[in-house]
Amino acid sequence: MSAEGDLIQRILAGETELFHDLIRPCERMVYLTALSMMKDEAEAEDATQEAMLKAYRALRSFQGEAKFSTWLVAITLNECRRKLRIAKRATFESLDEGGTEYEGEFTPAVLTDWREVPLEALERKEIRQAVVAAVGELPPIYRQVFTLRDIEELDVRETAEVLGLSANVVKVRLHRARLLLQKRLAPILKAARTGRRRFFWWSTT
Amino acid sequence: MRLKCEHVWNYISDYIDGSVDAQLRDEIEKHLEHCEICTAVLDSTRNILVLTADERTFELPVGFSERLHARLAEELVGHTAGGDADSSAEL
Ligand SMILES: [Zn+2]
Repeated sequence: MSAEGDLIQRILAGETELFHDLIRPCERMVYLTALSMMKDEAEAEDATQEAMLKAYRALRSFQGEAKFSTWLVAITLNECRRKLRIAKRATFESLDEGGTEYEGEFTPAVLTDWREVPLEALERKEIRQAVVAAVGELPPIYRQVFTLRDIEELDVRETAEVLGLSANVVKVRLHRARLLLQKRLAPILKAARTGRRRFFWWSTT
Repeated sequence: MRLKCEHVWNYISDYIDGSVDAQLRDEIEKHLEHCEICTAVLDSTRNILVLTADERTFELPVGFSERLHARLAEELVGHTAGGDADSSAEL
């Protein structure tokens, strides 16, 4: 039995304290999943806590046919949807389950005179913050797929399974998300290469 | 046959994931050899994916883990793990 499976058996047999160790490697994944749904850090943290409590209470129903982390992600998505439904009901809005695809062109930013961006430019805090902001601004249906695939690194099949989508829809949404991010961020990366001063002229002068 | 740039863009995501067939991959690579625009698109997209997969980019809020485990600790004391009907029904 895997170390994870062994932990689960012991927790179910009464060593409840071990649940802390079981979920520790999955905290980040669960939080980022919640953030892709809730968009607000405080709400995402709250949803993470609720999802972890639900996972604890439902631990016996985990069958081990999926990875434990994927099972947690599925619980988290359910918890987020529940919270979103309650919030929408309170404001009399109808719940858009986010199933609508966006029409229109998905084309990349076309940059001339592109040269490789040095690693040290990519490492800058400002660049990372721009990336976080750009992901946050994606339409929800693209943000969810992108988060699972390119931040949490689930594969296409796992992503499709937890989101209840076909593999093909996952691929289309991922493609669009990547192009939207490229369009938004490539000019920033290009400017970063030419130096901090020019890129941040508005804050340094 | 020469691929157009737009055609390459349509497959950029599949190309990055290695899920295009061998023939299309060869055509895309031939195109990339002489097209600076598509090379820039591919290169910048890869840069972005390196950043989003890097754990330092998306950070947990300060104190997140402590708050989570404190909340769990309250639950673990009084309740055994198990088959809570309400939560498993939602899965
Ligand atoms: Zn081209």
